[in-house]
Amino acid sequence: MSVLAVIEHDRGTIASASLGVLTAARNLATQMGASLEAVTVGANADSLATVAAQYGATVVHQAHHAALTDFGPEAWGEAVAQVVKKISPQVVIGTGTERGHEVIAQVAARLDLPASMNCTEFDSSFTEIQPLKVVRARWGGSLLEQAEVDAPIKLVTLANHTVEAVESPASAANMVHEVELNDSVMHSFVQDRVERVAGVTLATAPVVVSGGRGVGSAEAFAPLEELAGLLGGVVGCSRAVTNNGWRNHTDQVGQTGTRIAPDIYIACGISGAIQHWVGAMASKNILAINTDKEANIVTKAGYAVIGDLHKIVPAISEEIRRRRG
Amino acid sequence: MNILVCVKRVPAPGARINITEDGLAVDTAFLGFTVSPHEECAVEQAVQLIEKHGGEVTVLTLGPVEAEEQLRTAVSVGAAKAVLVPISESDWDPQRTAQAIASVITDLENANGKFDLVLFGNESADSCGYQVGIRVALKLGRPMVNGAKGLDIEGNVAKVRRESDAGQEIYMLPMPSAVGVKEGINLPRYPTMKGRLASKKVEISRTESTGSVGGLKMIQLQRPPERVSNTQILGTGPEAASAVVDLLEELGVFK
Repeated sequence: MSVLAVIEHDRGTIASASLGVLTAARNLATQMGASLEAVTVGANADSLATVAAQYGATVVHQAHHAALTDFGPEAWGEAVAQVVKKISPQVVIGTGTERGHEVIAQVAARLDLPASMNCTEFDSSFTEIQPLKVVRARWGGSLLEQAEVDAPIKLVTLANHTVEAVESPASAANMVHEVELNDSVMHSFVQDRVERVAGVTLATAPVVVSGGRGVGSAEAFAPLEELAGLLGGVVGCSRAVTNNGWRNHTDQVGQTGTRIAPDIYIACGISGAIQHWVGAMASKNILAINTDKEANIVTKAGYAVIGDLHKIVPAISEEIRRRRG
Repeated sequence: MNILVCVKRVPAPGARINITEDGLAVDTAFLGFTVSPHEECAVEQAVQLIEKHGGEVTVLTLGPVEAEEQLRTAVSVGAAKAVLVPISESDWDPQRTAQAIASVITDLENANGKFDLVLFGNESADSCGYQVGIRVALKLGRPMVNGAKGLDIEGNVAKVRRESDAGQEIYMLPMPSAVGVKEGINLPRYPTMKGRLASKKVEISRTESTGSVGGLKMIQLQRPPERVSNTQILGTGPEAASAVVDLLEELGVFK
């Protein structure tokens, strides 16, 4: 009996979400009295077996094929599906990321099994045979669903940031699986890549100064840019702003935009609709600047200033400059 | 070229999502409905592609008869044809949905020829399953990439751009192919007067379909624990600037 963790990596570099998956899979395996096993895709990920062992994997399955040098959703899905079919684990857990969801969905489609994405909890009394009870995130996490996965092999992804990675070293045996990939899965590989320019991004910035409908225009974002600049942060926005064409979608915080977790989120003229909130709720501190003290974001924020952002934001920048001399 | 876009009707929530008393559905008594955001962008992308390369956009949904409203919305921004796969529930589980949609697409293609592209949203806004498009594409035997932030046609290849932590990735899918689109790929247009008229007149074809019930079963919805915040009001108007900077200092973000 085993629980299989699917290790996400990029050209051999492990994705941090994989560590949470290994931990969650180990917790579930321990409680079931099953073994924790892991699977990596492509020979360039073979070295990750030591990481998996560090988190308690006792067997690391290494799916090999000459074509598996970069990410390809269909090839990865097929490779993992072949390993799953061979070893028949009770549960397979993937990362709750774009690639993770895609690979688990591919495995599910190929093996005609159900799949439950973005799980936040697994039933602690689960043993085997019966359906696996899970709690999973809907609406980007603003609603939860109790669900049952009823199949001989339960495929799930773990919602990101729900389980903290904890090591528990074991010694692992490596097992190489030469997988067969036919032409049909060979098309959807990364063909080319433009590396990201180093710098602060919305997802990693320590400070995000964000504007909503209340900002009023594209030009009126200038004071927000200035404040973000002074604090070494970046500017974000709500969906209303991108829909109005005031800013690019890459700046959008929310369910269908970027999920952020800065030290402080300064939300200016944002009402805080649920789709926005789920993207911002992981922020360590939230300061809302809003004319409406009943606005959803104001009631949820730790701090608020009531009033016109067009006057308040420049005043904050001014005060920062004054103190810096 | 012929493009099919699969969309889903979802509630349009505001500040809070309420659950019905039995815990089985979102309380939509006071909510409007909309096309799930990623799919709204898929429709726009399809329309832009046929404006450039010629052809026709068909939009399809599996949902309650009320989902005709969302099909008409798609027609108002440029889709030519609309297909409703009516069901009596608000949605089905992902396996069943995919089976029913794949079978309708196969019938449509047997009658009118293949769609060069079948587009989906990356995931639906409500159930967030991340899988129906992938399942349909596999049943139809087409290459599929999800998460598209860019989609162009070069000859008979669909060129898909998507974002990863490492950078922008390019995928080249020979057509016919399937692509899952993500919001941000474009800015959906507003309907024109002509589009609105077309959307009123369009004949929506209804095609019954079914599939076997899949293994993912929803038991109950629940609200996540409410974030309790005793909001500290730092002040009113620009006079609060000093208190704000004090806070920034205290949090260590202003040095």
